[in-house]
Amino acid sequence: MKTLKSAGILAMILLMVFALTACGGSTENASASTSTPAASSESTPAETTPAETSEPAAAEEITVNVSGSTSVLPLAQEEADAFEAKYPNVRVNVNGGGSSQGVKDVVEGISDIGNTSRNLKDSEKEFNLNEHVIAYDGIAVSVHPSNPVTSLSKEQVQGIFKGEITNWKDVGGNDEEIVVISREDGSGTRGAFEEILKLEDESGSLVSETALIFNGNGGVKAALASKETAIGYLSLGVVDESVKPLEIDGVAPSVETIKAGDYPVSRPFLMNTPQETTEGAQMFIDFILSDEGQAIVEDGYITVK
Amino acid sequence: MILENDRIEQRVLKPMKKMKWSDIFEWLIERVFFICAMFAVFSVAAITIFIFIKGLPAISEIGLLNFTLGSKWKPSANLFGILPMIAGSIFATIGAIAIGVPVGIFTAVYLAEIAPPNVAKFVRPAVELLAGIPSVLYGFFGLVVIVPLVSDVFGGAGYSLLTASFILGVMILPTIISLSEAALRAVPVEYKEGALALGSSHINAVFTVLIPAARSGIVAAIILGVGRAIGETMAVMLVAGNTPRVPGSVLDPIRTMTTNIAMEMNYAVDLHFDALFGTGVVLFVFIMILNLVTYFFVHRNVAK
Repeated sequence: MKTLKSAGILAMILLMVFALTACGGSTENASASTSTPAASSESTPAETTPAETSEPAAAEEITVNVSGSTSVLPLAQEEADAFEAKYPNVRVNVNGGGSSQGVKDVVEGISDIGNTSRNLKDSEKEFNLNEHVIAYDGIAVSVHPSNPVTSLSKEQVQGIFKGEITNWKDVGGNDEEIVVISREDGSGTRGAFEEILKLEDESGSLVSETALIFNGNGGVKAALASKETAIGYLSLGVVDESVKPLEIDGVAPSVETIKAGDYPVSRPFLMNTPQETTEGAQMFIDFILSDEGQAIVEDGYITVK
Repeated sequence: MILENDRIEQRVLKPMKKMKWSDIFEWLIERVFFICAMFAVFSVAAITIFIFIKGLPAISEIGLLNFTLGSKWKPSANLFGILPMIAGSIFATIGAIAIGVPVGIFTAVYLAEIAPPNVAKFVRPAVELLAGIPSVLYGFFGLVVIVPLVSDVFGGAGYSLLTASFILGVMILPTIISLSEAALRAVPVEYKEGALALGSSHINAVFTVLIPAARSGIVAAIILGVGRAIGETMAVMLVAGNTPRVPGSVLDPIRTMTTNIAMEMNYAVDLHFDALFGTGVVLFVFIMILNLVTYFFVHRNVAK
């Protein structure tokens, strides 16, 4: 009995030692991984900056804070990665928060750039921001991959989101109730979707009051992927095989159809800056609008040219 | 001033000189404790003032009745009625009580009275672990497991009052179990012995003597559970469907006050933004009432 007890204690001590060493190891790894980018950003500018004569004050660290629409976020992050790779002395912090938050952040000076996935509202125009269209995006009306419906007319989409069409069999699908998924009030994607599909009037949004509401493009995608009878809308850039985008009036959403003006549900991505745009923010926007930056836009979104 | 100095000098000089250092130390430590205590008070005051300053103008602009009794939340049309959210919070909490309280109290009785020690030995840590699981994981579990289950069994989308109530009911279990068990154990053993001596069965004694005697402790446990349920945000947001509409059945989606704030805070501007703080004020009032009720019950317990 006694030996069993001491064996147990020994096992516990061994476990603790293992746990401690494991902790030690992981923190070492963490510190090593965080130190490498810092080291590289210190060493590389010394080599590259003499060649980059066009960039003044290249040796000092510049930080650009970007926030706003969750629809613009994935694109802004990719642009930021490429931008940082080209100019190692610049750090771009990209955050979400939503279109309205992006405008608010720029006005309050929290961010250098505020992203919106819609045109500015009248109340936001008063801030006199510099608006830069960096790309166009489609809004994909999507369903669960197992849904037999592949195409809807614009009127059918309107009817479904207004709550007038409530069964899939009315639009050529199975005899199942339609679960309508929308976004929270104030979302740029929702605003653009309602504007384009005329789902708003002077009394506000016309989207059915019984619609489920999910947070962000990710929330809608997760809900669509898990619900066979659901329909929702999300940024074309975040569509993957977990959801099925529908054709609208026989036109599938894609970069080509939106560019040609055939797919009706598209909107601009804006980067908004204050009148006194910071140097870093201007560099970043110039980069996105350059051929190099637009090449990144091309992968999933529509270029401005 | 001089007099005061004299007095302090007297007090310090009276004991041996050696005591001086420890006196200062004592004084210093007391101040540190005082500052720590004030930190909590200051935080509560700051949060309260901030929420009311931000929220009250919106409520007065919208109108108290329009705000709290309006059944339409439609910021795009300047309609800010939070009745659906108040109803959502209350219904979800009632649902959580309906599921969590019976299970919780029976578990507490089992642990305090019936469970053999080697069963209690792993039930209790399991309950404690349940308390430690982050709420977002409850929500995630609900989204992946409970939502499809409810949809399959009862029909509908699965994002519903029922799902939210179930998740909240499980979340408040640890609070109810541990506090109720403590209340049951605090009942003097003579009560039970007396009941048994009078010929009562064990289970009968539990229900007619033990639980009534521990009543105020159990009620306090339930109210604390309610506080947790009404304040929960993340788990509810993932499973409730978040439709701002007064639910007509347990299978309808709901939006609670907390999720209303969390969902729209990032997107709101102008009056919409302030109305979210107004929602916070109403939520705050609810929590205050709950705290007062808890205080009343705990106080009465002591007075007895």
